Amino acid sequence: PPHWSPGTTIMAVEFDGGVVMGADSRTTTGAYIANRVTDKLTPIHERIFCCRSGSAADTQAIADSVTYQLGFHSIELDEPPQVQTAANLFKEMCYRYREELMAGIIVAGWDKRRGGQVYTVPVGGMMTRQPVSVGGSGSTYIYGYVDSNYRTGMSREECLQFTAKALSLAMERDGSSGGVVRLAVISEQGVDRQVILGNQLPRFSAA
Amino acid sequence: PRMLSTSRPGAAPKGGFCFENSRRNAVLEGNLAEKGFSAPKARKTGTTIAGLVFKDGVILGADTRATDDMVVADKNCMKIHYIAPNIYCCGAGVAADAEVTTQMMSSNVELHSLNTGRPPMVAMVTRQLKQMLFRYQGHIGSSLIIGGVDVTGPQLYSVYPHGSYDKLPFLTMGSGAASAISVFEDRYKPNMELQEAKTLVRDAIAAGIFCDLGSGSNVDLCVIMEAGVQHLRGYDQPAQKTPLEGNYKYKPGTTAVLSETVRPLTVDVVEESVQHVDMQ
Repeated sequence: PPHWSPGTTIMAVEFDGGVVMGADSRTTTGAYIANRVTDKLTPIHERIFCCRSGSAADTQAIADSVTYQLGFHSIELDEPPQVQTAANLFKEMCYRYREELMAGIIVAGWDKRRGGQVYTVPVGGMMTRQPVSVGGSGSTYIYGYVDSNYRTGMSREECLQFTAKALSLAMERDGSSGGVVRLAVISEQGVDRQVILGNQLPRFSAA
Repeated sequence: PRMLSTSRPGAAPKGGFCFENSRRNAVLEGNLAEKGFSAPKARKTGTTIAGLVFKDGVILGADTRATDDMVVADKNCMKIHYIAPNIYCCGAGVAADAEVTTQMMSSNVELHSLNTGRPPMVAMVTRQLKQMLFRYQGHIGSSLIIGGVDVTGPQLYSVYPHGSYDKLPFLTMGSGAASAISVFEDRYKPNMELQEAKTLVRDAIAAGIFCDLGSGSNVDLCVIMEAGVQHLRGYDQPAQKTPLEGNYKYKPGTTAVLSETVRPLTVDVVEESVQHVDMQ
């Protein structure tokens, strides 16, 4: 079945005023790439997105369910929902059905109470807030890069560069992450989406 | 008059799939395994199906071979199924699953359309399909390509047995998917004209027919445009049977008759009974 874990790199970074989220675009069934331009950055609400890794079917189903619940909650509240609420809904589902699911999700967005926030809900259903979070099996190749290059107080542009470079490095080394880099910036103003095509990705080695 | 399940006469049919025979099958399989036989496998279509979006709509294509392991069970089966007047669906995977799933979708779509008073939308069919397949956690082995034209324009979706979906401008699925996608990757362009698009889909399916053992026979196409649908069954027959080279008939008398024995069988009437049947 279409599976993303052995072939995904996802990432999200908080900055003052919002978040930057990024993902690669490869979905594989075994060794065959079922979709080379997948969009793994899924809108959950106007200013809340999630990055998905793991089983495509599981994460799509969970995201649809959370989108519905959050939409309903937002109408009842009569105001935009908090990112923490969205993260909690993901956590509830991922923890309750942890035996049946294969899903690693990063929830990120902007709300007026706490600004830009990134919450990670890895396989197993734990939920925690982090200023930077990486996920998917490509993430293992960039922990060193992320840990050494992240600084607090980076601007929106610096975060975009940082995310694009980190994802490129992971896609270079993780044979099964690849395709294009999809980026999304969420802030008070709204959502700004970008695509960086293969030939425009930052390059690191001479080869 | 409705067909009721004989196990509980009087109970209304619940709808959806019926798993009554699963336990019986498990017992039978166990018994067979003891004696060294294996149960018959569900027939997979071993297919090449493809779809692409062109300037005026969507074209779906499929081969027509259905296989039972290594034997061709049906040389001209129909893999492009009707869902709605403007939406068709190609099915790969387990033949029965694909067939029944698409029939269920067709009924649901018509009901939904009557309820809402609007023509059906492709995204709606995709959503119902993926929610159902996810619920069955991959046990319904149907991989589908759904294509159609609705108020939002021409769209193409693929749905996998576990319930994930992708929305793309061109798609291939089935055992011949790798062969067909290579043709698309080479020659697909956005906003192609009708004839160019038809030829491209035909070539992609032909690639599957020639390069994949599980696909063969003819190419079926289905062109869906806002104006209407053309279901072109048997659009092309790329792999036709060549005429036999030699003559394999033998003259009567080629085999010598050594002896002949005739034994007439006598049949006696043992019992005779008359049953009166009420004819309305």
